[in-house]
Amino acid sequence: MWLRYVPKHIFRLVLTVLLGGLLGATLVRFAPGFGVDERELDSRLNSQSIEAIRQSHSSQHNVLGYYGVYLKGLLRGNLGVSTSLDRPVAQLFAERLPATLRSVAKGVTGGFLFGFLLALPAAMFRWRAYDLLTAVLSGLFLCLPAAVLGLGIVYAGGAASLAIALVVFPRVFQYSRNILAQAAERPYVLAAHARGLHPMRVLLRHVLPNAAPLLFALAGISVSMAFGAAIPIEAICDYPGIGQLTWQAALSRDLPLLVNVTLLITIITLAANSASDLFGKAFARQRI
Amino acid sequence: MNRVRRLAVILLIATFTAVLFADFVAPAPYAKQFREAPNAAPSGKHLLGTDDLGRDSFSRLLYGSRVSLLLAPAAALLSTLIAACIGGLAGYLGGRFERLALAATDLSLSLPWLFLLLTVRALLPLNVSPLASVTITFALLGALGWSSSGRIICSGARAIRQSDFVLQAQSLGISPYRLLLRQILPNLEPVLAAQFWTSIPIFIIAEANLGILGLGVAEPLPSWGNLLRGLENWPEVKASPWKLAPILMLVAVVSCFQLVFQKREEFAS
Repeated sequence: MWLRYVPKHIFRLVLTVLLGGLLGATLVRFAPGFGVDERELDSRLNSQSIEAIRQSHSSQHNVLGYYGVYLKGLLRGNLGVSTSLDRPVAQLFAERLPATLRSVAKGVTGGFLFGFLLALPAAMFRWRAYDLLTAVLSGLFLCLPAAVLGLGIVYAGGAASLAIALVVFPRVFQYSRNILAQAAERPYVLAAHARGLHPMRVLLRHVLPNAAPLLFALAGISVSMAFGAAIPIEAICDYPGIGQLTWQAALSRDLPLLVNVTLLITIITLAANSASDLFGKAFARQRI
Repeated sequence: MNRVRRLAVILLIATFTAVLFADFVAPAPYAKQFREAPNAAPSGKHLLGTDDLGRDSFSRLLYGSRVSLLLAPAAALLSTLIAACIGGLAGYLGGRFERLALAATDLSLSLPWLFLLLTVRALLPLNVSPLASVTITFALLGALGWSSSGRIICSGARAIRQSDFVLQAQSLGISPYRLLLRQILPNLEPVLAAQFWTSIPIFIIAEANLGILGLGVAEPLPSWGNLLRGLENWPEVKASPWKLAPILMLVAVVSCFQLVFQKREEFAS
C-alpha cells in the first residue's frame, strides 16, 4: 500500500528541514562579512553608535545558539522580525506568499503542459524537422537567464507567471521527450504497434501510463525550478511576492528573513517532491 | 548535426582566444572613460559604442566574457571535484558511507540553492574589492552546485565497483588504493568530464542572474551578469540595438556549450 510511504516522507521532510535550517544558519554564520551592517559606513554615526550596532548583532554569532532560539520561536509561530523592514516575518509571508504561490502554480502548469505537449509528437513520431525545430526552441530558452526572460516579459506586458512558464517548459520538454521516447521503445509497445493497434490507443494505454511515475516526479522537480526562477523574475517584474522579498532581503542583508525564506521554500519544494513521489507510487500500484 | 557541432567548436575556440588575449584585442581598458563620448553609437573607434559612463562597450564585453568564461570553468571544476570526492568515494566504498553521502546529497538537493546563494552572497563585506567579489561569487557557485553531479558520479562509481573487471581485480588481490587509481578513476573519467562540461553553462547563467540582480561581480569589473543590467532600460536598448550584444554573446556561447557537450553527457549517462 502506497500509504505506508507517507510517514517516511513526513519524517524525511522534518529531518531535512531541521538539518537544512542548521546548514543555512551555518553557511550564513561563516559567510565572509557576517555581522557587518551597512549602517556602520554611515559617516554621521560616532564610534559608540557603531559599537552599539555591532553589539546588537552579537547574539547571532553562535550558530547553534542562534538556531536554537530560532527553532523555539518557530514552535510558537514566531518567525522573528525582519531587520530591514522592521516587521514580523510571518506577517510578510502572509502578505507575499499567496501571490508567489499563484504565479508559480500558473507558471508550472503552463510550462509543464506546453513542454509536455511539445514533447509528445517529438517522442512518438520522430519527425526530423519537428525534432530540430523543438530542439532549437527549447535550447534557446535554456540559454536565457530567468532575469532576461523576466525583462522580456515586462517589456511585452506579460505576467510574471508567463516568464516562469518559459523557464520551466524547455527543461520539461527535454526530460519528458526522453522519458516518453524510452517508454515508446519498450518491447510491449513495439509489439502493440506490430499487432496493428491504433497509435493513439498505444499512446494512451501503454506509453503514457508507464511513463506516468517519472512524469509525476518531473512535475515535482518543476516546482523547485519555478521557485528558483521566481527570485529574478519577481525582482525584475516588480511582482510583490516571496522572490522579490528575498531579493530585497539579500540587498539589505536581512538575515532572519533570508533564513526563513530558505526554510519556507525548502518545505514547499520537499512537499511537492514527496507528493509527486507518492502520486507516482499510487499510480504504479493501481496499474499492478 | 556534426557540421553544426564543428561550427560550435570553432566559435567557442574563437571566443576563448579573443577573451584570453583581451589585453591585446580590446581597444581600451575596461574601466577607461571617454568622458567626451558617453552613450556613443558604434564607430571605428568604439566598435559597440560606449556606455553611460563613456567606457568602451566592446572592451567591456571582451573583459566581461573573460571573467565569465574563465571563472565558470573554475567553478565547474570546484563543483566536480567536490562531487567526485563525495559521490565517487560513496559509490566506491558503498555501505554506510554511501547511504550517509547520499543523504547529504539529498539534503543539499532539497535546499533551494539560489536562495542559499543569495543569502551567502548578500553577506559579503560591503567594502569587498571587485576581484574578491568575482572570486567569491564563482567559488560559492562551485561550492553549492555539486549535489546533482555528486549523485550521478556516485551511481557511476557504484556501477564500476560492481562490474566484473573490478571483481576480478579484487579477487587477484589488488590493493584498494591501486584499484581506485588504476581501475575506478580512469573508468569514471567520462562521467566526471560530462559533469564538468555541463556545469559550465549552468554557472554562466547563474552568474548572469546574480549580476542582473546586482548581487554578482562588483563594478567596475565587467562580467556578463553586470553587462546585462544595461538591458533594464528598454527605450535606450530599442534606440541602440547594439546594446543587445552581451545577451547575444551569452546565448551564442551557452548554445555552443550545449551543442558540443550534449553527446558527451548522453554517452556518460
